[in-house]
Amino acid sequence: MSRNYLNADYNVWSWLFTTDHKRVAILYLLSVTFYFFIGGAAAVLFRLELMTPQGDLVLPETYNRLFTLHGIVMIFFFLIPAVPSVLGNFLLPLMIGARDVAFPRLNLASWYVFTLGGLFTIAAILAGGVDTGWTFYTPYSSAYGNSNVILAAAGVFIVGFSSILTSLNFLVTIHTMRAPGLTWFRLPLFVWSNYATSIIVLLGTPVLTITLVLIALERLLKFPIFDPALGGDPLLFQHLFWFYSHPAVYIMVLPSMGVVSEIVTCFSRKQIFGYRVIAFASLAIAFLGFLVWGHHMFVSGQSLYAGFVFSFLSMLVAIPSAVKVFNWTATLYRGSVEWSTPMLYALGFIGLFTMGGLTGLILATLAVDVHVHDTYFVVAHFHYIMVGGAVMGYLGGIHFWWPKITGRMYPTSWGNFAAILIFVGFNLTFFPQFLLGYLGMPRRYHAYPPEWQVLNVMSSAGASILGIGYLLPLGYLLWSLRYGAAAGNNPWHATGLEWTTQSPPITHNFEQTPIVTSEPYDYQPADKPAPKKVVVELERTVT
Amino acid sequence: MTNSAPTPLAHHFDNLDQQHRAATAGLWAFLATEVLLFGGMFAGYAVYRNWYGETWAAASHKLDLVMGTVNTAVLLVSSFTMALSVQAAEAGQRQKVLRYLATTIVLGAVFLAIKGSEYAHKIETKLLPGPHFHWDGVPADQGPAEIFFSYYFALTGTHAVHMVIGLLILIVLWIRIWRESRFVVNGQSVANMGLYWHFVDVIWVFLFPLLYLIDRSH
Repeated sequence: MSRNYLNADYNVWSWLFTTDHKRVAILYLLSVTFYFFIGGAAAVLFRLELMTPQGDLVLPETYNRLFTLHGIVMIFFFLIPAVPSVLGNFLLPLMIGARDVAFPRLNLASWYVFTLGGLFTIAAILAGGVDTGWTFYTPYSSAYGNSNVILAAAGVFIVGFSSILTSLNFLVTIHTMRAPGLTWFRLPLFVWSNYATSIIVLLGTPVLTITLVLIALERLLKFPIFDPALGGDPLLFQHLFWFYSHPAVYIMVLPSMGVVSEIVTCFSRKQIFGYRVIAFASLAIAFLGFLVWGHHMFVSGQSLYAGFVFSFLSMLVAIPSAVKVFNWTATLYRGSVEWSTPMLYALGFIGLFTMGGLTGLILATLAVDVHVHDTYFVVAHFHYIMVGGAVMGYLGGIHFWWPKITGRMYPTSWGNFAAILIFVGFNLTFFPQFLLGYLGMPRRYHAYPPEWQVLNVMSSAGASILGIGYLLPLGYLLWSLRYGAAAGNNPWHATGLEWTTQSPPITHNFEQTPIVTSEPYDYQPADKPAPKKVVVELERTVT
Repeated sequence: MTNSAPTPLAHHFDNLDQQHRAATAGLWAFLATEVLLFGGMFAGYAVYRNWYGETWAAASHKLDLVMGTVNTAVLLVSSFTMALSVQAAEAGQRQKVLRYLATTIVLGAVFLAIKGSEYAHKIETKLLPGPHFHWDGVPADQGPAEIFFSYYFALTGTHAVHMVIGLLILIVLWIRIWRESRFVVNGQSVANMGLYWHFVDVIWVFLFPLLYLIDRSH
């Protein structure tokens, strides 16, 4: 095999001290995969508990710790870093024709910070866990809860810095390191969506950081910052928390939307419909996403008028989101659609995200939310966005760029089978939860009345299918590293600078700095196979 | 960077201009995150000050106006010497850079020392929030007054942490410039350090009136 970033050096230090964005991406890939299965294991346990109406498998306290663990690990250690830190780190410099991100050492540092945050979280789990829910609501977290709140909050506090470092890097890289000719409106939409995500991370994360500091001050030093007994306001905590944590949903889903934009246009063999509108929709989601946090607090005692405004603004976010869905659909229209594995995930994303988005409108409606607030309806809704959306996008991206990352092709029949299995398992897991929530089953309880057992068993059965679906790629992707066919530089005949270089890429990405002379997504229909023109012309740089 | 030798160009940049723009953009983006970090506390401050205005004014009067004013002056002068060192770095005047940076470091340390003595005094007079907090005004105001001091310590404490980090970086920067046998002032890093230092000062310019000057006309 020719020289590339993987075989440039073999010893372990060359990985632990690497500043190559591609190797940092691989480090993140290993980490987030680890955390995904930790978070998943917790889900397996509480879905088992919920097979029967009685609380018979785990103690109520254990149950609380399980769903908290699931939430913290999945959100902060998988969903938020997954697409940007793995796919973004690997692809962003390749897509813009750069040799690396702007600050390669900071990039590596972000992984160490991430790992340190992870160690705190694992320590919190091993010390017995934490039972506040991932939301750390006061005064439970600051005064009454007697689990390992500080350890867990410290983990989340630390990991926030790692996402800030990554986003800072992306923002500066996109601004300053684009190849000659790569104007803003020639950028791949994956880059646009990561740009929008970076803005949210930079402006949102510090607020969570300081909020966790305030919690620590209150819990450790007894500073009465949110304590209602001394005139403090627990609602203030919720405002600060959701100011970050609602936009965090867009941190999770926007990068996956970027992945879907890349995949849909590639496997329709058609230029993407409404390129600029999709790009601006990402920015609109980033902007509007900061104005809707109060919809988490409709029944928390927040002012009714604030409720009106937040309800209205929440509806507005649906517009740029729907614009994207319509544009993907319009791209498919009269395209030469190819049923590849990445495409199955992308189509799954579009359907499930639409479900999640529409049920989000139901929840944003003030009067309806009073009925379904804190029920399984909410749980189902956000899993359609985060798992049906973000995770499907992540897996679609992994399958799309796996040949580029590893130089190997996975068995596509297994890939297609897993994608379909995940789609089926997902719907069987979470659709019954909409019904349960509508019937009034509250979230975060270990036991429930017997009449809800059928729907809960369906959900648990779906979870087991989903679990197998997630294990399959782990198996065949690892298999492909050794036995997979060599992928070639551009197995999907895709446009984009990342496909013009070798698979796996060389350490400095390109032999020569590419010069971009054409618009993005210059795809030709399958019945006209001869490409009009190579996307880029190469020119030797003066070094 | 007229008289200085060229800054080494990292392998992934095409030229020094690109490297310079990246570093500056990165620092500004970082400062944006800092605004939001303090912004989270300012939001809570605004809520409680609105609710407990009179108590907070009384609590604010417990702060030492002289010490606060002196500290504000110290910090503003340190910003001035920082600006001078950035200017000197651009002109390539190594001795001046070292002198002005040293002055900035000393002033920063003076600020922290005064802040520390204020903290000690608050703890002595039982104004540190927590189990030992004692409010000698109206007993019903004990809670809101304690919240004021929570914000006082949280805001000035977070600011002080930024000062300490700034001082550490300044000291490292000073040693690096001092040890260079040939003058290779990295004008970029002095300029970026300047941005950070000014930012930390600006935060204090907000903290001083918000904490020390509530309703001082009475």
